[in-house]
Amino acid sequence: MSEQTSHAGDPVSEEDGDPGQYHLRLYVAGQTPKSMAALANLKRVCEQHLAGRYDIEVVDLLKNPQLAAGDQILAIPTLVRRLPAPLKRIIGDLSNTEKVLVGLDIRPRASSGSSTP
Amino acid sequence: MTSERTTASLRKARTGIDGFDDVTFGGLPAGRPSLVCGSAGCGKTLFATTFLVNGATLFDEPGVFMSFEERAEDLAANVASLGYDLDGLVETGKIAVDHVKVERSEIEETGEYDLEGLFIRLGYAVDTIKAKRVVLDTIETLFAGLSDAAVLRSELRRLFAWLKDRGLTAIITGERGEGQLTRQGLEEYVSDCVVLLDNRVEDQITTRRLRIVKYRGSAHGTNEYPFLIDEQGISVLPVTAADLSYDVSNEVVSTGVESLDAMFGPGGLFRGASVLISGSAGTGKTTISSHTIDAACTRGERCMSFVFEESGEQICRNARSVGLDLHRHVDTGLLRFEAARPSLYGLEMHLARMHRDIEQFRPSVVVIDPISALRGPEVELQATLLRMVDMLKARGITAVFTSLRTDGAFGQSGDLGLSSLMDVWIKLQDIEANGERSRTLYVIKARGMSHSNQVREFQMSSAGLKLVDAYIGPAGVLTGTARIVQEAQEEAAALRRRQDSERRKRDVVRRRLSIERQIAELRASLETAEEEETLLLDEDVARETLLSSERTDIARRRSAAE
Repeated sequence: MSEQTSHAGDPVSEEDGDPGQYHLRLYVAGQTPKSMAALANLKRVCEQHLAGRYDIEVVDLLKNPQLAAGDQILAIPTLVRRLPAPLKRIIGDLSNTEKVLVGLDIRPRASSGSSTP
Repeated sequence: MTSERTTASLRKARTGIDGFDDVTFGGLPAGRPSLVCGSAGCGKTLFATTFLVNGATLFDEPGVFMSFEERAEDLAANVASLGYDLDGLVETGKIAVDHVKVERSEIEETGEYDLEGLFIRLGYAVDTIKAKRVVLDTIETLFAGLSDAAVLRSELRRLFAWLKDRGLTAIITGERGEGQLTRQGLEEYVSDCVVLLDNRVEDQITTRRLRIVKYRGSAHGTNEYPFLIDEQGISVLPVTAADLSYDVSNEVVSTGVESLDAMFGPGGLFRGASVLISGSAGTGKTTISSHTIDAACTRGERCMSFVFEESGEQICRNARSVGLDLHRHVDTGLLRFEAARPSLYGLEMHLARMHRDIEQFRPSVVVIDPISALRGPEVELQATLLRMVDMLKARGITAVFTSLRTDGAFGQSGDLGLSSLMDVWIKLQDIEANGERSRTLYVIKARGMSHSNQVREFQMSSAGLKLVDAYIGPAGVLTGTARIVQEAQEEAAALRRRQDSERRKRDVVRRRLSIERQIAELRASLETAEEEETLLLDEDVARETLLSSERTDIARRRSAAE
């Protein structure tokens, strides 16, 4: 069972063909503190940086264990950026906003290797 | 768990790998994780796959293969060469394959996480096919993909505990690390059974070896056992027999060469004997062994020939030149040739291969031609050959080893230290003299039977092998033409001697006759002399008589005149 949380206004009309449309899927295993934190952090980051250009799908692997193999889920929680391509995986509770932004390609990776400004 | 450990015998899950279940007295610990570690390319994945496939096909225990390195299709292709139909097993729900892809570049870590996803995947796969066996190959890849080693370690510990709780028999593979068995020290977590695979290169020849480092709660073989990976899968060879207690047979079998049989007291060899035929190049070692093969197959026994220098075809062809048709035995399936280059494997591997082939074919006669082709460090060589002889003896197999001697000397060198292991030692030697070379044969020893101490010359012709008594005389041992010449000379000399003595006899007769003749003559003249004497005597008497009568006459006349 997945919970559809769409914050996009009207992706087809407004963002037609726009690579900026983000389709995100968050894999969790039950209502663990880490999962709850991850979802909260994700929503916060998206609102701040991707307002109107994203939708989030939450997959609970305890309910749908068969979905784990398809997206190569290993760690929990895992955020998968399904669109735009390429596919990206971000693991952890997303508490490090800077890394989340880099991981989602919203902010370019710092050349020094350190992702904190 | 505790109750299980205290029971007399630990429950074990058979791997179905030849030999491994013997070495471990039953297989891997059931319901527990075992670690199989080794360096790259030593057969960890294959070992694990075999465990899984055998479980699914032989023991009705479905299994999950969780691969962290190879993709499912690569894995299926790799094991297809061993005859495993992984795809088929996946389709029938006997095996589930899950490839866990861990690519560091695709993963961004942003805070706390755990590996619950892995547990869920594994749990789901296990539940779907009701798996009893699990393989995690190679879980250490996670350390390369994820940076938080502390989390990984605690999660792995949890994973192994989870496997144990679920009662899954698991194999976890690990890459050999510096100074420890695995790079990440997995042996600390998996403490029940650790198997080490090794792939050593010595003198450019690779030998695979397996050792059970640890097996908690169970006895196990502690040696390094060579193992084999080929088209027939993995076989581990517990080749060291500790004792020499095997049954012996009093049955006598023919060597295939009648005149050679005659050199042994009972008229042949004991069944199960080990025979060494040594000799320099071209002395007929292979030909004698071909005769033995032919004799055995003609008796209806199975025969296996390991050849290292020729192909089976070539041996068949060559045997035809001495009137043997080995081909028909190959056709009837009684004879099998196993040809391999000596350098193809290491010694242990050769032994391992022979062991497996012998187990499968169950021959009653084995020929190894030539044993001297096997090369290796001296110590290892002798130990290996010892085990080989041991293995054959333990099975009551009559074994014929040929051994090439590089020198023609009558020394001990070049026998590979084998002679003391052998029951029978037949030595072939070339004797070169008078511009020709002839073959001679000695029986140096034959345990438990009287045997001829004579040197025989043996001849090979299209009619087969034949032994001829060699000439032994004051001039030494003569063979070939020299023997024939010598025999002719002796005959001539004998004739001469005979003639001489006859002549002498005639002389004696003649001389005796002449003496007798002389005697007769003398006797005749003696008789003449006697006659003359008598005559003279008579005259004397007559004269005396006459004189006396005249005297009487005169007297009378005188008296008358007075």
